[in-house]
Amino acid sequence: MKTIGYIIQKEFKQIFRNKGMLPIIFIMPILQLVILSNAATFEIRNIKFSYVDHDNTSFSRALIDKFKASSYFNVVTDFPSEKIASSEMLKGNVDVILEIPHYFERDLSKDKKTDLSVIINAIDGAAAGVENVYINQIVRSFNKNAIANLMQPSDKNYNVKTIDSIPSFWYNETLNYKTYMVPGILVLLVTMITLFLSGMNIVREKEIGTIEQMNVTPIKKHQFIIGKLFPFWIIGFGLLTIGLILAKVIFNVPMIGNLALIYFFTAIYLLVVLGMGFFISNFTDTQQQAMFISWFFIVIFILMSGLFTPIESMPQWAQHLTDFNPIKYYVEVMRMVMLKGASFKDILPQFSIILTYAIVMNGLAVWSYKKIA
Amino acid sequence: MKRFIGFIKKEFYHIFRDKRSLFILFGMPIAQIMLFGFAITNEINNVDIAILDKSKDATTLEIINKISSSKYFSVEQLINNESEIEPVFKKGKVKAVLIFEKDFSKKLVKENNATLQIITDATDPNTANTISNYTNSILQKYQQEINKNIKIPYQIIPKSRMVFNPELKSVFMFVPGVMTIILMLVSAMMTSISITREKELGTMEILLVSPLKPFQVIIGKVVPYIFLSIINAIVIVLLSIFVFKMPVQGSLFLLAFESILFIITSLSLGILISTLSSTQQTAMMISLMGLMLPTILLSGFIFPVSSMPIPLQIISNIIPAKWFIIILKGIMLKGVGISFIWKETSFLLLMTMIFIAISVKKYKIRLE
Repeated sequence: MKTIGYIIQKEFKQIFRNKGMLPIIFIMPILQLVILSNAATFEIRNIKFSYVDHDNTSFSRALIDKFKASSYFNVVTDFPSEKIASSEMLKGNVDVILEIPHYFERDLSKDKKTDLSVIINAIDGAAAGVENVYINQIVRSFNKNAIANLMQPSDKNYNVKTIDSIPSFWYNETLNYKTYMVPGILVLLVTMITLFLSGMNIVREKEIGTIEQMNVTPIKKHQFIIGKLFPFWIIGFGLLTIGLILAKVIFNVPMIGNLALIYFFTAIYLLVVLGMGFFISNFTDTQQQAMFISWFFIVIFILMSGLFTPIESMPQWAQHLTDFNPIKYYVEVMRMVMLKGASFKDILPQFSIILTYAIVMNGLAVWSYKKIA
Repeated sequence: MKRFIGFIKKEFYHIFRDKRSLFILFGMPIAQIMLFGFAITNEINNVDIAILDKSKDATTLEIINKISSSKYFSVEQLINNESEIEPVFKKGKVKAVLIFEKDFSKKLVKENNATLQIITDATDPNTANTISNYTNSILQKYQQEINKNIKIPYQIIPKSRMVFNPELKSVFMFVPGVMTIILMLVSAMMTSISITREKELGTMEILLVSPLKPFQVIIGKVVPYIFLSIINAIVIVLLSIFVFKMPVQGSLFLLAFESILFIITSLSLGILISTLSSTQQTAMMISLMGLMLPTILLSGFIFPVSSMPIPLQIISNIIPAKWFIIILKGIMLKGVGISFIWKETSFLLLMTMIFIAISVKKYKIRLE
């Protein structure tokens, strides 16, 4: 026990002496949490909207005003012709072009029907779909008013069957993205810091040559491993705590569930990450290699965690791959506990997977570590 | 000049001798672009929903059928009363519950109106909102069917045309992004280590006493990595064309030119990082921790920049990846020429020059 204490002491000293690293470990993640959480939103707003009005009547202008009034659209400008508008779209200055045809008003009252042409930049397919929905909504409500005004006594009375839908958004009535993203981004930061640090740690001793000194000192394998990893375990907890405080103070993220549950889960989760880092460390010769490998896994873990893009929409084989992604479970648990107040029983499946993962990963790490250079 | 070539040769030897790193450098980008190209999509499909049907009549059955046969939803379970909603959400699998009111069919016939309640688990606001939109569009279609005998006059019909990506494939959105992220991170990471490595291993002294000028050392460090990154870029472009069927509407030559420019930008950023840090560990943590999330989140790779708060939109301008993604989409999907993307190109040029200028200035010719 005393030996472990000394190794831990040595590790902590090394971490805190490296003045260049301290801000990277503690300040950079916090800054990123505070700044980047604001960026992660799928809400489609400020759509760059432009129009070509061939009709130019008070009626067509009333339609444009509807778009101007909507908070989704940012009416950039109008164009005299479709050609100029298309070229602006190529430049990326507008995303939607609404073209109002000649005799828009006249056709509507005479032929009782008219078309509007809408051109949408669909490179971001999902956003284009949403933009289309918004445009249709605005046109439909404009149409409703127009019908009421244009109705003639000669028109047949009609009887339409309608189904109303009432959406209600539970746990997050205002559809605030931050409450969703802050816990997730916090998870990423904690994971990245602990994985990178632990992955580089032992391989650094190898590269500089000090590992030989460690190998000839009378410490047992398990003492060495515990001593090496414990400081990062503590750092992980430190980051989590700062992050949770900021989440509450700055973003006012609700914390419905039991925080102790989060810490308990984190304790096991960090073992998975640290075991992984240790394992990588054992299989590489230089810090560069260790870094490339941790980078490879981190990018995959991040992008396939369901944090930014939904897992359900991935192809089946990719969904199976995400079952091996520890970040996915951690993100799920954080959200379930913090936002929905899930209890231990609710997170039991995630917990047992992470526990198994921790045992396997650390087993591999211990097995692959040899006290020979 | 001869000295300089000798120095470049030395750098190449360093790289090619480390077989393991070399394998990682070329293998990983390929693995990642294959994986992400197929797996990442911001479409929302196969959402698990539950249904609480209080009337269980012909109409509700028909609507449920329509919903479960759409690709958006899969009906995970049927529940019997409101108190079951909360536990179902807490388990986390089901994302929405649709509630049909009592006597749905009867009301629709008698009062011409019936109500469907959509309760969504809005911890994920995007999915919640999309579920509500999809359900509405299914309902809309159903209403058109039951009302098809009634002709409503004075209809304005918007005809939408989706340009650049008519099938709304999300691959078109994500492949340029993945390409950018991979090139950016790999290039910056590779070079950021190169100078710090010499410092840490002590070989820096030899470089300092050699008659090479600081800018020669820096350029000599970058040149081999330019070659490696160009090979990476070519492989990635080929994969996106042949595997993901990305079109290249614009000129291949322009694409090559812009890619090389972006590679040089990322490499010079890497050099800048390496001159600022004293150990490999610091260099790598800056290029990984410092670049990864900001590049993923602020470049418009996943989240649209135009929806971000104004201060973040301003910050996003200093992310080189943002400009390259715009350029890539412009050339590959819109088929534009340089006259449409000269602004983005000059931003990249400017950033490159700034990075190199600072690196040369900060490059210390003395050890501490």
